[in-house]
Amino acid sequence: MNWTWFHKLGSPKWFYQWASNWGGRCVYLGLALMAIGIIWGLMFAPADYQQGNSFRIIYIHVPVAVLAQSCYLGMGIAGFVALVWQMKLAPVFIKAVAPVGAVMAFIALLSGAIWGKPTWGTWWVWDARLTSVLVLFLLYMGVIAIQNALDDPIFADKAVAVVSLVGVINLPIIKYSVEWWNTLHQPATFKLTEKPSMPMEMWLPLLFSALGLYLFAAGVAMWRMQNEVLLRERKANWVKKEVLNHGV
Amino acid sequence: MHPVRKKRVITISVILVVLSAAIGLVMYALSQNINLFYSPSQIAAGEAPLNVTIRAGGMVVDGSVKRDSASLDVAFMVTDYKHSVLIEYTGILPDLFREGQGIVAQGKLDERGVLIASEVLAKHDEEYMPPEVTDALEKAKAE
Repeated sequence: MNWTWFHKLGSPKWFYQWASNWGGRCVYLGLALMAIGIIWGLMFAPADYQQGNSFRIIYIHVPVAVLAQSCYLGMGIAGFVALVWQMKLAPVFIKAVAPVGAVMAFIALLSGAIWGKPTWGTWWVWDARLTSVLVLFLLYMGVIAIQNALDDPIFADKAVAVVSLVGVINLPIIKYSVEWWNTLHQPATFKLTEKPSMPMEMWLPLLFSALGLYLFAAGVAMWRMQNEVLLRERKANWVKKEVLNHGV
Repeated sequence: MHPVRKKRVITISVILVVLSAAIGLVMYALSQNINLFYSPSQIAAGEAPLNVTIRAGGMVVDGSVKRDSASLDVAFMVTDYKHSVLIEYTGILPDLFREGQGIVAQGKLDERGVLIASEVLAKHDEEYMPPEVTDALEKAKAE
């Protein structure tokens, strides 16, 4: 197998230039896809036979909730890479993505509560799915707090990598909570292996808004990582040149 | 792989496996508390305590909903297709409440085995459909 891409990732300079090309593209393409998905979903997709229009919050709730978990999975992998290979970019990734994931988890909880009030009859219940997503949000908060609380940057990176890695255990709990236990929350909407549980004209807008949000978040993460790379490599010659050429 | 890195991988893996096992065992031990509600079969088997606030969940039995014409009192049966529980409730039901719908009721079991509910929540499944599709399905069923 060809591992050059993996070794290239070890070079902050290479990443910075690569992200300069792709960050903006991801953000704008993602925004466009999201706009299509959300306008289509909120205005043109048919209403649900039981929930009527309140089901439309799915076009925000599901993409955001899935992304909140994906971000943490990414941070877990980066934590593992940071601890084993001590690659420079891995802690940068964790630091850049944690706030993005935290915002996603928060919007997932908020939109779920807003959806729950009219359909279930309550803003919140302590069922396994809701509680495990709240734990995910608190894990994000923990990662951000640890990163900022420790003064020694090398030690902070290591501590954050450990928390990211260990917190991954929560992800299968979130995923299977609706199957292992009796919950108020219904089972998963997005199934990778089975056919979708809704007709195409409802499912396609959901796919658009989910893909759009993923691209948007990827682009934002690249931008945030670029900033962090510049800060951490500020003594390197290529950063000085970059600053002299483009100004800051 | 470099021996130092190999050692790190092994250490991390061992820690993760042990932690997962510990969390798994805790979850297993707490499973009765993590379950949001008792099913009618569990209540019939006497697993649910009397006169303590619990939740019961299941499908509302078709034709079992009886509303009092003078007050907000309502009584209905909830089933998991093996056993049923009678639930009595006073108050406004959620919009999604209807016969054949999954619900979760919070309340206390009395000596008769009736759940006197203080809160009724509606469950819904992950199937979403436009109303025209359900109309067509019902028409097809009727023919």
